[in-house]
Amino acid sequence: MTKGPSLPLLFDIPSPGSSFSDLLKTLGHTTPLELPKEPHELRAPEGTTVLALRYQEGVVMVGDRQATEGNQVAHRQIRKVFPSDMFSAVAIAGTAGLAIEMVRLFQVELEHYEKIEGSRLSLEGKAVFLARLVRNQLPMAFQGLVVVPLFAGYDQLTGRGRLYTYDVVGGRYEENDFGSTGSGASLAKSYLRSNFREALEEPSAVDLAVGALVAAAQEDTATGGPDLRRGIFPTVIVIDAEGVRELSDDEVKPAAEKAVSAIR
Amino acid sequence: MSFNFYVPAEQQVRDKAEFARKGIARGRSIAALEYDNGVLLLAENPSTALRKISEVYDRIAFAGVGRYNEFELLRKAGIRQADLMGYLYSRDDVTAQAVATAFSEALGAIFSREPKPYEVEVLVAEVGDPNRLYRVSYDGTLYDERQVAAIGGKADVLVESLRQGWTEGMSLDAALAHGQAAFATAEGRPLEGWEAAVLDRQNGRRAFRRLQVPAS
Repeated sequence: MTKGPSLPLLFDIPSPGSSFSDLLKTLGHTTPLELPKEPHELRAPEGTTVLALRYQEGVVMVGDRQATEGNQVAHRQIRKVFPSDMFSAVAIAGTAGLAIEMVRLFQVELEHYEKIEGSRLSLEGKAVFLARLVRNQLPMAFQGLVVVPLFAGYDQLTGRGRLYTYDVVGGRYEENDFGSTGSGASLAKSYLRSNFREALEEPSAVDLAVGALVAAAQEDTATGGPDLRRGIFPTVIVIDAEGVRELSDDEVKPAAEKAVSAIR
Repeated sequence: MSFNFYVPAEQQVRDKAEFARKGIARGRSIAALEYDNGVLLLAENPSTALRKISEVYDRIAFAGVGRYNEFELLRKAGIRQADLMGYLYSRDDVTAQAVATAFSEALGAIFSREPKPYEVEVLVAEVGDPNRLYRVSYDGTLYDERQVAAIGGKADVLVESLRQGWTEGMSLDAALAHGQAAFATAEGRPLEGWEAAVLDRQNGRRAFRRLQVPAS
């Protein structure tokens, strides 16, 4: 009796490296899609605003919970900020379906490397690999299905939080203080630019991050702010020397209420 | 012109088995013990760089004895298989049984087809309800063990001393002390450093943790 699926042991494979996505490619699990030559109007749910900022001990990453399709709300409680391993997290904006799958592959890739090699990739190494995943999406981007992630983590080599933004062709840019991607990104960034301070403590960093998200939701209709009536709060992840920690709704609630009541 | 002399299958299998057993007997052993919150894997290993115990998946661990390059190949292939199954289906679909069966098939095929069999024995452990302990020998024979298991040169003696005094629901500290005592009894010589790891159900999704055990 065998429970669940089973596969033959992957012994003699052409590229027995430590990369999981290379393994998938070798085994033919990533069949290239046949895309039409002319771009077509294809509507799929899109994730909107996510942002990250550096504080004294690490980085905080925040994302709203709404996915929109055209002018409609597709999902009210989607998740856009994910821990990618013990010391990093990734947030996504753009075509939700592709982005969530990209995160899943990224998570498996990091864990696979860690188990095969017996040590974790450096934060820089993880960021570089994510750029490769974004670049692989380029054919889809030409069809209008764009995925742009945001990556942040605690760098154990330098002992501080670092964050990276990307562009649609897989360009990777390290940001000093804060970064944001998605439809409300410019609004969130201008809020952060005027309110960011050096050496913030964790609670004030969380307040600032949620405040920036609420500011973006005010002007950008696609971004969903905290929904106090339904009890839907932004996803908040903090990463410091202790590792990744996701705040519970009860922990996010005070920051959300403060940010909402500060709206004029 | 070359002649292929006829060698009876029985003789061939016996020779290969003897060869593999000799290779394994030269190496040190590894023990596995269930405790109240999971499974402890304990190896006598003087090296702190070359590991014999490894994480395979969320609730699954691997241990190997014999030739390092050979069990390392198996370990990596096991991780690949587990990660691939978990990615193509769901994390819940990855079981120690599937991993152990794959090891058994691979070792069985190598034993009968290759001129030189692998000189290895591997152990696949899974924490759950119930815990699972699978032992795979050099010829691909798969054993389903309970409570305690051992692989390596002194496996027979070691598993005997592990069984004596093992109790249901013992703590991790007690299990570790019991394991170390069993090694001392089985080997009857000073031991040269430990490599230890647990699959503990209180560790969250990834149950695997390495333990620092000072040399006794």
